[in-house]
Amino acid sequence: MDTFNTIILVFDSTVRLSVPLLLACLAGLYSERSGVFDIGLEGKMLAGAFAGAAAASVYGSAWIGLGAAVLISIALSLVHGFASITHRGNQIVSGVAINFIAAGSTIILGQAWFKQGGRTPALASDGSRFESITLPFADALSDVPIIGQIYSELLSGHSILVYVAFLAVPLTWWILFRTRFGLRLRAVGENPGAVDTAGISVVWLRYRAVIFCGFLCGLAGAYLSVAQNAGFVKDMTAGKGFIALAALIFAKWRPINAMYACLLFGFLDALAIRFSGIKIPGLFEIPPQFMQALPYILTVILLAGFIGKAIPPKAGGQPYVKER
Amino acid sequence: MAEYAIELAGINKSFGPVKANRDINLQIKQGTIHGIIGENGAGKSTLMSILYGFYQADSGEISINGKNTKINSSNDAIALGIGMVHQHFMLVENFTVLENIILGAEDSQLLSGSISKARSELIRLEKEYELNVDPDAIIEELPVGIQQRVEILKALYRGAEILILDEPTGVLTPSEADHLFRILEQLKAQGKTIVLITHKLREIMAVTDEVSVMRQGTIVATRETAQTSVEELAELMVGRRVLLRVEKGEPNPGEIKLSVQNLTVRDSRGIDMVKNVSLDVRAGEIVGIAGVAGNGQSQLIEAIAGIRAAKEGRVLLDGEPIDVTGQADPAMLRKRGLAHVPEDRHHMGLVLAFEESENSILGYHDNEQYLSGPMLNIEAIRDDAREKIEKYDIRPANCRLKTANFSGGNQQKIVLAREMETDPAVLIVGQPTRGVDVGAIEFIHKRIIEMRDAGKAVLLVSVELDEIRSLADRIIVMFDGNVVGECGPEATEGELGLLMAGVTNDKMAAAE
Amino acid sequence: MAQPYSQLPRWVNYGLIPLVNLSVAFLVAGLVVLAVGENPLRAAVLMIDGAFGSGDGIGYTLYYATNFIFTGLAVAVAFHCGLFNIGGEGQAYIGGLGVAVGCLAFDSIFPWWINLPIATLCAAAFGGLWALIPALLQAKRGSHVVITTIMFNFIAASLMVFLLVDVLKPAGQMAVETRPFAEGASLPRLDWMIEAFGYTIRRAPLNIIFLLALVTSFLVWVLIWRTRLGYEIRTMGHSPKAAQYAGINTTKIIVITMMISGGLAGMMALNPVMGAQERLQLDFVTGAGFVGIAVALMGRSHPAGIIPAAILFGMLYQGGAEMSFEMPAITRDMIVIIQGLVILFAGALEHMFRPYISMFFGRVADSSLKAAPATTGESH
Repeated sequence: MDTFNTIILVFDSTVRLSVPLLLACLAGLYSERSGVFDIGLEGKMLAGAFAGAAAASVYGSAWIGLGAAVLISIALSLVHGFASITHRGNQIVSGVAINFIAAGSTIILGQAWFKQGGRTPALASDGSRFESITLPFADALSDVPIIGQIYSELLSGHSILVYVAFLAVPLTWWILFRTRFGLRLRAVGENPGAVDTAGISVVWLRYRAVIFCGFLCGLAGAYLSVAQNAGFVKDMTAGKGFIALAALIFAKWRPINAMYACLLFGFLDALAIRFSGIKIPGLFEIPPQFMQALPYILTVILLAGFIGKAIPPKAGGQPYVKER
Repeated sequence: MAEYAIELAGINKSFGPVKANRDINLQIKQGTIHGIIGENGAGKSTLMSILYGFYQADSGEISINGKNTKINSSNDAIALGIGMVHQHFMLVENFTVLENIILGAEDSQLLSGSISKARSELIRLEKEYELNVDPDAIIEELPVGIQQRVEILKALYRGAEILILDEPTGVLTPSEADHLFRILEQLKAQGKTIVLITHKLREIMAVTDEVSVMRQGTIVATRETAQTSVEELAELMVGRRVLLRVEKGEPNPGEIKLSVQNLTVRDSRGIDMVKNVSLDVRAGEIVGIAGVAGNGQSQLIEAIAGIRAAKEGRVLLDGEPIDVTGQADPAMLRKRGLAHVPEDRHHMGLVLAFEESENSILGYHDNEQYLSGPMLNIEAIRDDAREKIEKYDIRPANCRLKTANFSGGNQQKIVLAREMETDPAVLIVGQPTRGVDVGAIEFIHKRIIEMRDAGKAVLLVSVELDEIRSLADRIIVMFDGNVVGECGPEATEGELGLLMAGVTNDKMAAAE
Repeated sequence: MAQPYSQLPRWVNYGLIPLVNLSVAFLVAGLVVLAVGENPLRAAVLMIDGAFGSGDGIGYTLYYATNFIFTGLAVAVAFHCGLFNIGGEGQAYIGGLGVAVGCLAFDSIFPWWINLPIATLCAAAFGGLWALIPALLQAKRGSHVVITTIMFNFIAASLMVFLLVDVLKPAGQMAVETRPFAEGASLPRLDWMIEAFGYTIRRAPLNIIFLLALVTSFLVWVLIWRTRLGYEIRTMGHSPKAAQYAGINTTKIIVITMMISGGLAGMMALNPVMGAQERLQLDFVTGAGFVGIAVALMGRSHPAGIIPAAILFGMLYQGGAEMSFEMPAITRDMIVIIQGLVILFAGALEHMFRPYISMFFGRVADSSLKAAPATTGESH
């Protein structure tokens, strides 16, 4: 039974740890599917986390925090769009810039406004933080072996953003493959010329994609600071935006795969935290640092062509210029 | 209904200093197939892009079905019933046929309705026009001929009454092309108006009712196809240019320096662009390859120069075989005496961001005279560049000036100086005077003749018929990847024009 | 057709445009300072005074600049080949491992002037090898170096934590670092240089690596503009098609360039590890790899531009630290914002002001400079 409890606990923290990855990964998916590379996921998530915690603590409402997180993240997306869509600048350079601007300003503003060394005030459980939701009958079922435990421990008891994140997966799939917007979005990332000659504005389409991206990054940030933790700590994204990027490549830019990739990377993280290194009895020990690096190592192996082939959207990274 | 589907009056369009279209007047009758013919760069595609709203004309009037209109975007064009099949297909390669067809013409926010409607519409169109396509096939898995049908279906699905096809047969096999022409006939029978842009005379004669000839951005003539001949069109197309007579003596051919045997070259799309071509170039002669652009000349010289790997065949340089099918190595060929003035001066022959002197060693930068150990011998390079500047009268005479700041003619002289001054055994020259001012043309021609007289074997590729006729000692005509004929410099423009259009003697005989 | 911007005079291209972009970046940064309720002008004065007002200030400014020269050169060399090496951070970190390996092995055997070349070689080799896999993936598989070098930054971070905690840390020691290097790995300070100007220097760890950075800058200039290899790198960067035409082995050039770039980033580790801390510590790179991007963009990938850009960022780091004593609302992280803004305006938005400036100078050139010869090309 003990082993089972441990497994449930590890899976439970896998879910929690994969949520920010998943939201950011889906964010990147919208942007990159439209042909706009985005290595600024990290920065947008960070700015969102800060804005979310700051607004939540000032106004005492998690929802206002969420709104602020989304707004600021979209604003940064628009900067990225302005540089890379309107001015046809280098998308990588623009993404790097946004990461730094976010990293610096969250600390400066946090210190200036709250004077707690870059932290925001701890959010109390009075509505200024997203609380965990207990699903119906979760308590009643918690004594039922296995099924009940899975229901009450693993599926129940998460904040609303966790459920939103996992619902966003089928929703994204549906938007991408079942709606007009999705069709056009996928088309513009592959051949913007086809979209342009079909009488659709490439610029506006890509702007909408980066706005979607900003929205989801905002959710990811708010989850970190207003749901998973009770406040903002400096550099709290700690590379999650880049893991999300790795997950996106690993998922070959597909939403359902993205969920699996994020769960996998979240699971590796959960294992590393839980066991701080896996001991294989009598033999050797896998260091926790290896577990942390594993998402990146796996992605590099994928890119090397050993696990299938990751083909990015064909028009990715290139500003659109009408052909002569 | 108005008599004319399309009327253009006084259309002008410039890209920076380049005038792509000048004072275009054109009327296209309802329900006809109207051909627009002209050489590459004559302004055909630009004109049609204006009609499709991709560009806006600088001035001029457009009337569609008798109504004066402004076409500001592709959307406007589509609303007016204009459809276009682009030269490079505007398809999303990893989409299905249906997805491509509904892109931009979806009925609602959700796809399912549009998809099923498109499916039934597609079945109807297929019946009507013999346009068989599997609606669920992925584009990249379809042959190009079918991809083109998808493009046509896309236009018809949007209710196009006027269909523009830009060089539609460039990627098709002859039988695919014939099928396309049958489709066009059928569309015409349904009352559609079709504009066919091409540089191939055969196609014009085969399907069009009327034809307009474009040259250097203007329409030089419009004829009823039945009332004109291939000869007349060829002449109109090429134009009677001021013939720059080049003084040259009789050739004095020596031994074979370059021998190409059964060479077949594929392009990146996997299409054979050069098909089993054989030719010899002797010391002291200029062999000119004539042909309309895009008939395999570029791939031929790139394969010989080691830039593109050939699929099959042999090339002998000075009697010694070179491995043209293996790892291409232009550096090794240069060392063995093959110099190459490439067609694409801006991206291949020069690095425009470099100083003049840096470009004067491109490809020869590992010659000992330019090096001292791993270092570039800057003094030697600049002295050498200054010498060439002097000898080739390159202006401004400043070897430290950025190459982008030189005029086209002077840029070309930089390349020529570099390739000629190495005293090569074989010189390959592609489009030596493209984008070059008149003053420099004469100089360049003289230099090429001098190379011949110095006993070099010169292989010249040009789409300028005049240039070929005044320089070459023997003329080889390429069409559709094949050598279709060989003649002397005394051949008339008409004869060459026919060969360039793929009309060979036996074909003419067969037609009669 | 000629490049639309090629007609600009050199001082505009290399002086005015970066200056305009930089000014806008500082203007926006000033707004941030205003937003936190401080006076931007006073902040600027405090910053400049902190950076140049004392011997230690100057010492620290140049100490930081040393790091940024190396990482800036690393980014610049890759730029010349058309590659974006964003992995300077990881390459520098692994370079530090090289320094430590060299120093720990020989610090009690040889004097510093033998150990320095050994450590330099180790640093460059380790950093270069860390760039090898991304380089190979780019050259052979076409996987974007941007993505792979980001991944390698994180892998480097994990690897270094593991090595320091489990391998390099002496048993029984609390701090996660190697043992201090012995006398033989201690580098001469450059206090005399500062003192020659009448200042005194006490704490600033400005050391001989600063001079090495200047020499390296010169060597990079030689490499790029005076060697055959540099010629091939630049040809590849400007036009892969021309490189192919010229018979240049493009795969080889990509791999060599990335390894040089990684090696330069690795050499950055000499300054903090050998020159200042005299031991290998966790996270000693502290973002210098990323500052290199801003430095290279601002310096237009030319050593003559990279050195002043690196000193500017050194000034921001040192002056920013001093400023935050006086203005508690502004921490040193202000620099990170400025760095981001510089990258944004000098990099991603570099074309925003250019057309206007070109237009202005185009008109001037048309009317008054008809007969004058156009500008000379790349600087030499």
